[in-house]
Amino acid sequence: MINYIDLHAHMVSRTTDDYHAMALTGCVAVTEPAFWAGYDRVAASAFADYFKHLTEFEPQRAAKYGIKHYTWLCLNPKEGEDRGLAREVLAIIPQFLDRPSVLGIGEIGLNRVTRNELATFIDHVELALEHNQLIHIHTPHLEDKYKGTKAIVETLASNSRIDPSRVMVDHVEEHTIRMVLEHGFWAGLTLYPMTKVSPGRAIDMLEIYGTERLCVASACDWGPSQPLAIPNCMFEMRRRGHSNQWIHEVVYNNPCRFLSQSPKFKFAPLEQPALVH
Amino acid sequence: MQIEGSCPRTQRELIELEFIEHRTKILDIAAFLDRFDRSVEHNANDDFRIKAFREALKALNSYEFGRVERIQMLLSDVSSELRAERDGQSAYGAAKESEQ
Repeated sequence: MINYIDLHAHMVSRTTDDYHAMALTGCVAVTEPAFWAGYDRVAASAFADYFKHLTEFEPQRAAKYGIKHYTWLCLNPKEGEDRGLAREVLAIIPQFLDRPSVLGIGEIGLNRVTRNELATFIDHVELALEHNQLIHIHTPHLEDKYKGTKAIVETLASNSRIDPSRVMVDHVEEHTIRMVLEHGFWAGLTLYPMTKVSPGRAIDMLEIYGTERLCVASACDWGPSQPLAIPNCMFEMRRRGHSNQWIHEVVYNNPCRFLSQSPKFKFAPLEQPALVH
Repeated sequence: MQIEGSCPRTQRELIELEFIEHRTKILDIAAFLDRFDRSVEHNANDDFRIKAFREALKALNSYEFGRVERIQMLLSDVSSELRAERDGQSAYGAAKESEQ
């Protein structure tokens, strides 16, 4: 079994048994973007509690299973419509950025592709630039994905201070992957049942576009999702006829290449896959 | 970007490995459409989602590479205007005709 890194996992909504299963299948690190709680929070203090949870409790819970837990901070796109709340949350984020497990700003982006959501997205990008943070981007769901991804890519491309190699545009699909890669960003394939991509489609895109600047992740959360989505995809990769080295590049080395642009990230690419235990 | 020869399995191997799985999926789609016809009340034949679904099925029948991307676009909002305000938290799976 090959070690892997899940670059997108909402572990606050998963059980400790999931950490156990992930450890057994070779997971050595997860990164957890800030997320929507299932309801719109009404005060910045609720986000302060959430950021404390992400940076204190969750790393301890993961460490018990030998998994290193990192995080990203923001007000999630689903709450970006409330500009007043967004400004309050943006004001408290800097006090958490120096914490040892915080890799950057994310997952920011668009949900229903509104004017206010775009304004909140731009504010987060400015915060990331001001504090020299990596950026992790959520692209919208279903019929909104193409329009939202296009708006995000055009917004970032028009800002000369953005280094695209420090930006991960997540949840790409067949109709958005090209525009993301062509602009020099990293792209994330999300192994999420029904609303994102299956292992088969993710592997198709890796075969067609190559493995450079592409990662896979589970995005497991409180919806129908799979914390073991990456090892499931690795099984499909082998069944498709891909080598251990090819799989290792996708599930371990590529996340390391993107994430190690933050000095806090402690894993580095390995020439050969490390075997689990 | 490489299309020709990018899948390491032969066509024969793909059929042996995946035909039954995809046979099941196509029967599920057919059963959904039959169930839709048997419905106790026919009140959504012009629903934007079912109309987009039927267009997607036509695109599926193509012999030309790029079916997934074309179907994704048929199920997408291709307008470029930002919404004035949020109309809810969830997407629907196909664009409403007024937004196309």
